[in-house]
Amino acid sequence: MSKSIGQILAIMRKDLISESRTRDVAVSVLVFALLVIVVFSFAFEPGAEVTKMFTNPQLEQIKLLVAPGVLWVSIVFAGVLSFNRSFAQEKEKGCLDALKLCPIDKEVIYMGKMLGSLVFLLIVEIIIFPLFSVLFNVSLLDPAIVLIAVLATIGFVCVGILFSALSVYTKAREILLPILFFPIVTPLIIAAVRGTGSILQGGSFGSISNWLGIMVAFDVIFIIVSLFIFEYAIEE
Amino acid sequence: MKERIMQKSSILPVTSVALLLVSVYLILGYVPTESTMGWVQRVFYFHVPIAWLSYLAFFIVFVCSIFYLSTRERKWDIIARSAAEVGVVFTALVLVTGSIWAKSSWGTWWEWNERLTSELVLWLVYIAYLMVRSFATEEDRGARSAAVIGIAGFFSVPISALSIRLWDTVHPQVDIFKGGLAPEMLFTLLFCIVAFTVLFVQFLLMRISMRNVEVEIAKLRYSFRR
Amino acid sequence: MENKEDKSTSNSDFTIEAEGVTKSFGHHLVLRGIDLKLKRGEFLTIFGRNGAGKTTFLKILATLLRPSFGSVYMAGLDLSKNSMDIRRKIGVVSHQTFLYDELTAYENIKFYGKMYDVPKLDERARELIAKVGLASCIHEKVNTFSRGMQQRLTIARAMVHNPSILLLDEPETGLDQYASAMLQDLLTTFEAEKRTVVMTSHSLERGLQMGNRVVILSEGKIACDVASKDMSVSGLQELYQRYTGEEQ
Repeated sequence: MSKSIGQILAIMRKDLISESRTRDVAVSVLVFALLVIVVFSFAFEPGAEVTKMFTNPQLEQIKLLVAPGVLWVSIVFAGVLSFNRSFAQEKEKGCLDALKLCPIDKEVIYMGKMLGSLVFLLIVEIIIFPLFSVLFNVSLLDPAIVLIAVLATIGFVCVGILFSALSVYTKAREILLPILFFPIVTPLIIAAVRGTGSILQGGSFGSISNWLGIMVAFDVIFIIVSLFIFEYAIEE
Repeated sequence: MKERIMQKSSILPVTSVALLLVSVYLILGYVPTESTMGWVQRVFYFHVPIAWLSYLAFFIVFVCSIFYLSTRERKWDIIARSAAEVGVVFTALVLVTGSIWAKSSWGTWWEWNERLTSELVLWLVYIAYLMVRSFATEEDRGARSAAVIGIAGFFSVPISALSIRLWDTVHPQVDIFKGGLAPEMLFTLLFCIVAFTVLFVQFLLMRISMRNVEVEIAKLRYSFRR
Repeated sequence: MENKEDKSTSNSDFTIEAEGVTKSFGHHLVLRGIDLKLKRGEFLTIFGRNGAGKTTFLKILATLLRPSFGSVYMAGLDLSKNSMDIRRKIGVVSHQTFLYDELTAYENIKFYGKMYDVPKLDERARELIAKVGLASCIHEKVNTFSRGMQQRLTIARAMVHNPSILLLDEPETGLDQYASAMLQDLLTTFEAEKRTVVMTSHSLERGLQMGNRVVILSEGKIACDVASKDMSVSGLQELYQRYTGEEQ
């Protein structure tokens, strides 16, 4: 058991060290997330005529309604970008074969890759959240929002890594992965957006307990399911 | 031998056509018009059976995917794939009948209400299930990937439905029959469920036998090419 | 995962025993019944044109692919039941490096050592890297290495758990003259005590020189199986042409 944990951590560390040396994926993911935020602002920023129709507090309220959606869409899109890379990187020099040749359970590979991806995405979020706070003039520094972010990210990564492995042997994997990924993570997107929205509207911890419950259930179910079926996803 | 099977299998299509004709009569001629929703409520007798069958189809996909991964026998993959195809068509019909319903009760063809949104997400999951095969570089891989999605997708269905129910606070639950079902209505509904289930089985078997023929043809073509 | 009680062992002297190994992808039969027995210490080279099934066969031995039919025993263990134990005993070198570009030589070896649960890993990694002549750049990133250096490190990587069976899939692909001489030297001298090797190759000359047994695969079957010492390069060329219909 402790041997497996050591191996899981070794896989995670290897991914994080590689990434910290090039920062290729990190930079592109961050830029992409920022671009999504900017594009959405163009799409949703009310024009001068509309602005006249509302009072200032009303406009603030509208912004608060849009903000959680923009935030989570940018993070999910950025996440998909990084999941695409996760197993594609392993395949470049045949390392995926080498990993499969090691006398380790497939679950070890899954957990290692998943934790590496989780830490990576959480770091990306640590950078995006303050940026987003500034751009949308909202405060995301709330324990409830942090909890939402962690739970949602765990779920995204669980599913993302499973499908990343699955799409690595296919043609046009960059197209395939989002098509598989988005419908499955619908509950997480809904829960994260609605939960964040409630908190931004001044809701209490109790008001989002439903959403937290859904995310915990999703995370638990998909970690277990993925551990069972990952083996088949990376089989050649 | 082959011919006897063919003869036997013609019983089912005849039955299902007959049942469907009877259910059309029941829906249009027999069942009383519902008081609040009016005439358009009759779409309900299509909508409910098809919705239930779409869930059944994806349950079949789930079970056969598990069998396929554990046994690697091609027949399980063929059943799963056929069920998914029929399921996707039925889900599309659910969306169409659902939006007819939406038009009459909310005045728009599409409403982001709980039921329609859940079905839409379900539809997208299983479209991905069917798509993954064409992306795979070889057939076995495609079948395996599809099975993985068939399993993961099945687990996502209830949790999606739950979260969409919580999300959709705009649309109150429509109580279709406040005072309970009239006996004629209940009879029509049950009859339609039976009729559509027979139709579903018929479609599924047709798809499976077509797929088997395709496999045979591919084998022959391969042996001739060599 | 593996069942300790149910070890389907065979008590033969052969390190690798393949019987009737068949592999099909869809309707395409790649291997059509391969029977092969290898004694401990043998060095087998497999030739054959592209698509003859060399790599597929090697992948089956490496536990990466399951045979459609047939059985394989390696070091007395049944491949279909004890793949985890077999993996501990095999080292694989392919034309791909299996190395992480952004990690240093030392980090790469250590990572794989950890995966194989190698004891005294630190010492072992240093020793191996020194043996393949990369001690001076042990802490440099792999992507700064030349192809030849990378391939040497690949060999060190495959040896990290001291495997008793080595599987080499066209290891000389993309190497220059000097690097492949180095490779040959490493394989024939480096911890070569009674290690069983299976190698696929394109170069008849080098394959003949390195191995002590030669097999030619054609259309998924073994077309000929000879001892290297009875063979001249021109003789092998003739055989190769006869069985594969291809000039070499």
